Formats: sequence, C-alpha cells, structure tokens
Amino acid sequence: MKLLKNMLLGAVMAGTVSAAVAQQQFIPILSYRVGPYASGGSGFFGGAIDYMNLVNANGGINGVKLAWEECETEYNASRGVECYERLKSRHGGASLVEPLATGIAYGILDRVAVDKIPMTTLGYGRSDAANGKVFPYVFPLITSYWNQAAAMIAYLGSKEGGVANLKGKKIVHLYHDSAFGKEPFPVFDALAQRHGFELIKIPVAHPGNEQQSQWLQIRQARPDYVILWGWGVMNAVALTTAQRNGFPREKILGVWWAGSEEDTIAAGPAAKGYTAMTFNTPGNYPVLDQIRKQVYDAGRGNLNDRNRIGSVYHMRGVTAAILWTEAIRTAQEKFGKGKPLTGEQIRWGFENLNVNEARQKELGALGMFPPVRTSCDDHEGSGAVKVQQWDGDKWVAITPMWVTGDKALTRKLLEESSAKYAQEKNITPACLNQ
Amino acid sequence: MFYREAGQFKPTYAADSQIFPIRQDRIGIILLLAIAFIVIPGMASNYMFSAILIPFLIFSLAALGLNILTGYAGQLSLGSAAFMAVGAFASYNFMLRVDGMPILVAFILGGLCAAAVGVLFGLPSLRIRGFYLAASTLATQFFVVWALTKIGWFTNYSSSGVITAQRINILGYDFNTPASKYLLVLTIVCVMALLAKNMVRSNVGRSWMAVRDMDVAAEVIGFRLMRTKLLAFAVSSFYCGVAGALYAYAYLGTVEPEAYSLDLSFRILFMIIIGGVGTIIGSFFGAGFIVLLPIGLSLLAHNFGLPNSVTSNLELMVFGALIIFFLIVEPHGLARLWQIAKEKLRLWPFPH
Repeated sequence: MKLLKNMLLGAVMAGTVSAAVAQQQFIPILSYRVGPYASGGSGFFGGAIDYMNLVNANGGINGVKLAWEECETEYNASRGVECYERLKSRHGGASLVEPLATGIAYGILDRVAVDKIPMTTLGYGRSDAANGKVFPYVFPLITSYWNQAAAMIAYLGSKEGGVANLKGKKIVHLYHDSAFGKEPFPVFDALAQRHGFELIKIPVAHPGNEQQSQWLQIRQARPDYVILWGWGVMNAVALTTAQRNGFPREKILGVWWAGSEEDTIAAGPAAKGYTAMTFNTPGNYPVLDQIRKQVYDAGRGNLNDRNRIGSVYHMRGVTAAILWTEAIRTAQEKFGKGKPLTGEQIRWGFENLNVNEARQKELGALGMFPPVRTSCDDHEGSGAVKVQQWDGDKWVAITPMWVTGDKALTRKLLEESSAKYAQEKNITPACLNQ
Repeated sequence: MFYREAGQFKPTYAADSQIFPIRQDRIGIILLLAIAFIVIPGMASNYMFSAILIPFLIFSLAALGLNILTGYAGQLSLGSAAFMAVGAFASYNFMLRVDGMPILVAFILGGLCAAAVGVLFGLPSLRIRGFYLAASTLATQFFVVWALTKIGWFTNYSSSGVITAQRINILGYDFNTPASKYLLVLTIVCVMALLAKNMVRSNVGRSWMAVRDMDVAAEVIGFRLMRTKLLAFAVSSFYCGVAGALYAYAYLGTVEPEAYSLDLSFRILFMIIIGGVGTIIGSFFGAGFIVLLPIGLSLLAHNFGLPNSVTSNLELMVFGALIIFFLIVEPHGLARLWQIAKEKLRLWPFPH
C-alpha cells in the first residue's frame, strides 16, 4: 500500500516538476545504458551530455542553457516510443530527439512530424530520409547507410587503383540478419552491376555468437574483400573467427557500427589490421580537452572512465551534440537570439545548418567530422566518411581525406524510395519554408 | 454487506447462466465500461493513451490468446509473439494488395492467417506434451521471424524489412488521434473478450479444460483430442494475430519482424503467470501489471534520484522476484487474489 502511495505520489510530483524554467532548451535523451549495446549507448549519450555540459558551462547558446532528461529505452522499440511520448511535452517541449536505434527511430518517425519535433538519425535509420521534401522532420546527419555503402565501394576501388579495377573481384557482404543488415542491398547490388564485381551476401543470424559456417563459406569463396555489416557481439566474433580461418583482417572493412573499441578490444589480437568506416577522425581535439578541463575536472563528467573520452562512440556523441547546438544557434540567428525556440524553429535550424571548417576550428573540432551543410533537398549535409584501422592499440585514420561514394547513384535510389513512401502515405513532397 | 446476493432470484435459465449473475457485478462492469468508453477519452492525456492504455489493451488481448492455449487447454506455448507477427504482416499485406479492403476485415483475415499458422505449428501437440511442446513452439517463434525477414514479399521488398502500417480508415472516419485509436482498440478488445469468456464457458471451453486436466481421460470419455487441441491453437493464434495487427496499426505504426521477438513471447507468458493462468480476467490483470510496472518503477526511481540504468536492472530483479513470489504463494495469480477478495467481500463485515 505504501509502495503504491509512493508510486502515485511520485507520478504526481513528476508531472508537476515540469514548471517551465525560462531561458532553457529541453532535449529528451532516449538513451540505452543496459543490455547488449550498453557500451555503445553509454559512450554516445555520455559524449552528448558532456558536450552539452560544456556548452552550459560556457554560458549556453546566447544565454539559453540546455536542459535534458534521460529515459532508458533498453534499445527496445516500444520502450523508446513510451519514453518519447512521456518526455516530448516536458519542460516546455522537446527541441529535438535522437534515439540512436533504428527500431525506435522507425517507431517515432510518423509521430515527430505530427508533434513538430525534429529527429536526428546520425548514420543510421532510413537512408531516404535525406529527402527533406518527404521527411521534413527527419535528419540523417553527416551521412546515411546508402552513402556509407557507396563510400565503402569507392574506398575498396581506390585500394585497387580505381573503381573500374573492381571488375571481376569478389566482395562478400557479411551482414547481421535484420533490417539493419539488409539496408545497403540496393546500393551494393547497383554498384556490383555497374562495376562488374561479384557480390556474395552471407547472413549471420542474431546475435551472431557462432559464425564458423559463414567463415568456412568465405574461405571457400576466397573473396578479395569482406564487408562486415554487423552490430554488437557479432563483430568481435567475426574477427576472431576470421583469424581462426586464416582470413587476413586487413581485407575486412567494417561498417561504423562495427568499428569501435568495444568490438576490437573484445576481439583481442585478432583485430589488428581490421579497418572500419567512421565519420570521426580518431585523435585528440581541443574540444575534448575543454571537456576534460571544464566538465570532468569540475566533477560533472558523464562517463565513469575518463579514458573513454575520445573513444569512437564518445566522439560520435560529441559530434551529435555539436550539430544540435549549431542547429539551435542557427535557428536563433533567424528567430531571435537568446530565447528558447520551438521544435519547428529548430527544424529550420537543422535544415539550414552550415558547419564549415572555419566554424569547426572555432569550436575546437577541426577535422573531427566532415563539414556539414544541409538544405531542404539534402538532410544529410555531407555524405563523407573516413576509414580507420585498428593498430592493436587504437584507431588510426588511414584515409587522410574524406571519402565519398557515388552520390549520384544514392541520390537516385533515395528519390525512388522516398517517392514510394510519399505515395504510400499520401504526402505531397514539398519544402517546409519557415 | 454490499456484496450479498440475497433477494436475487433467477427465474429463467438465461438469467441463471449469464456471465455476471450477481447484480453488484453487473453494475460494476457497466460502470467500468462507462468509465473506459466515456470518462477516459475525455480526461486522459495523449501520453496516457499512446503509452499506457493502448499497449495495455493490446497486450491483454495477446495474453487472452495465450491464456486460452496455456491456461484453458494446457498446451504450453512460447510462440505467441510469432503469431502476433503473422497477424500484423498478414493484415499489412491484405491492406496493401487488395484494393479497397476494409481494415477490420484485414484484421480478421490477419487473425485467420495467424490461426492457420497456429494450427500448422500446433500439430506437434498431438504427440508431445509439456516442456517438449514448449520447445516446438519456440521453434515456431524463431521460424516465423526468420521467414518474415527472409522472404521479401511479406515486407513488400522494403530494403530494410520494415513495414509502415497504413492509416486506419473505417467508413470514411480516420482513426489517427490517440483517443480514437484507443476507442477502436477498446471496442475490439471488449468484443473479443466477451467472445472468449463465452467460449470458455461453453462445451468448447470445457473440452479444453478436460484436455488440460487429464487428456487421456478426456479422450476416453469421447473428446476428440486432435480437434480440441488444434482448435485451441487456432483460437489462441487468432487472438494473438489480431493483437499483433493492432500492435502494428494502432500502437507502433511501423514494425520490423524483430519487434516480435522471443522477449515479447516471454513477456506475454509472464503476464498470464502473474495475472492468473486459466482465467479471462487474469489476462487483463497481468497485462496491466507488466505494462505499468516498468513505468511506475522508473518514475519512482527518478524521484529517488537513481540513475536510469539501475532502474532497468531493478525492473528485471523485481519481475523475477514477483514471478517466484507468485509461483510459490499464489500460483493462480492475481485473478485468484481477486476471487478471494470477492469471496471475503461477500461475508464482510462478518468474519464467517
């Protein structure tokens, strides 16, 4: 009875605490810090919160401080939807949302358009959401899966001395057997047909603890490259199984959800030489030093282990938070500096984002991520990636410049796919000029 | 004092065999339905609808289906989420490929497809029982999710295997607000719960209970085991199929086959264990408990300032502890506690 009373009291109190504090921009954090993907989630959201603490420590965005509330989604779609619904109107209304999970992103895709809250899906989710005419409230910033897939083939082509030299080569696509793993099929199929390389698709059933049969198949096929499109425990197992089967890890190119310390450290010495895609250049940056000094030294750091600052997921989180604050700043330039903005206004900010190299230098993040310039037609803003290699100890970038793939092809596929979605949902594609 | 049936005589057979024979029960249920249909749509927030009430109703429907199979017919099943998936994807395909298909018909057809799959995967029940049957229904769970991922036709060859449920449009009226979706789901659940209650009170239900209690004896006195067991699978899968279709159309909006994972099957099983195996009201209690408990715990922990990761792990511990508690103290679940409460209420304020 007392527990019930406490619960009800707690529920009532939780509802009333949201008395809107002026000069505050609220961001709900749909995080996952438990479960099999906890290391990635805690790194990413930890990085985002660290950067937001840094922004607040330096006076906020023109005086407007950032506020946030975390809700545990456990990487589960229905929990994510419940968290979103619970937090979206709190503290004056959500400014933006980033679930870092394809299932949750799909679950709230239709709702964010109705609720007018922009959603960023950095490097995952619907690739065709780059078409802002059909998906005005979704922003797959920096790049999406299709552009990554195209960039992968471009990179492999560059290793051969030109994409045309891929003719006759064999590339295995070892993928997590889910929606995530099958996402790049249209791009790979189109590029295989165009450049004449043989594409062999080998699925790995979730969670991918046992891949002996797949790697035996790979050994028999003797491919030139293996693209590892995995997530979670599948990645480390793939690397160790590859070592057991004598497949050189230098020939394995991983997607960016397969290219973090959590995957390589778990694989141990088997990971040395393994390459993966990333949209952050590994290394140290002034902004990370600022985080160490102003946030962690002040005792407000989000991660328990300071050594994780600068890790792949932490940097990704810092990148995301940089893009969010820049979008809010851009929107403030138009709608009024120094006052809290609505989701619609911040959406405009995301659609007119211009984080060029000069701005990156001001932020202390020059070279950390590719310059991002969005527009109504292009909600990605970049499409560029880098390739990094694990040297046994840390990640090192091996492409000095940003790599882009065949953007014309991905644009064509994107427009077809978004047109189909628009037709299904009776949406007339148009830019929201606001 | 209030719950006495003194003075309530039943002059006809129909009156004698009604679902709620006691007048106070009838008044209670009418009040509850009035609150559910009239008061709540006027009062509740969108969050209450879309995050609490709609999933509660959908899960109670799925729990009802599993209760019919495991609670009344005694066939242990771990594949309920798979049947939900079949219902969802079948309804999606009917809506997609048949022009002008009314959505309610699509739900029914989706349920019938789930029933057909249920009959197919219920065939092992004719030979094996108990935990071995649980293993074969586990195979159903994995196979169905695999088939939906593999065979592109089911997801209309979408590159990521995710389907977007179409709008719910009945007789020209668009069900796109949380309140209208809630009323639609409530209506469907009420109708199907009434159907289930009448089924389990009838000869069909008694045949299921006979098979559950002692199937050899049931066969000896003339119940056809094959028909009874397969009918249980069919009806249960129909309920789960409709629940799955509602899960996709009225709750999430977009689904991938992985949403109907083994984890969901276990959740539904926990719902009927905690709520009460073999009762209709137990499905509702269990679903309400399991939907509300995580939210309640996270709100509670939030007020005590606990970090969210602790809350999630706490939730698992609390679940496990509760299941053990229920299995030891009250194996018949919350429904039995409700029944005991009513029995005590009949005597109240007298001790005996």
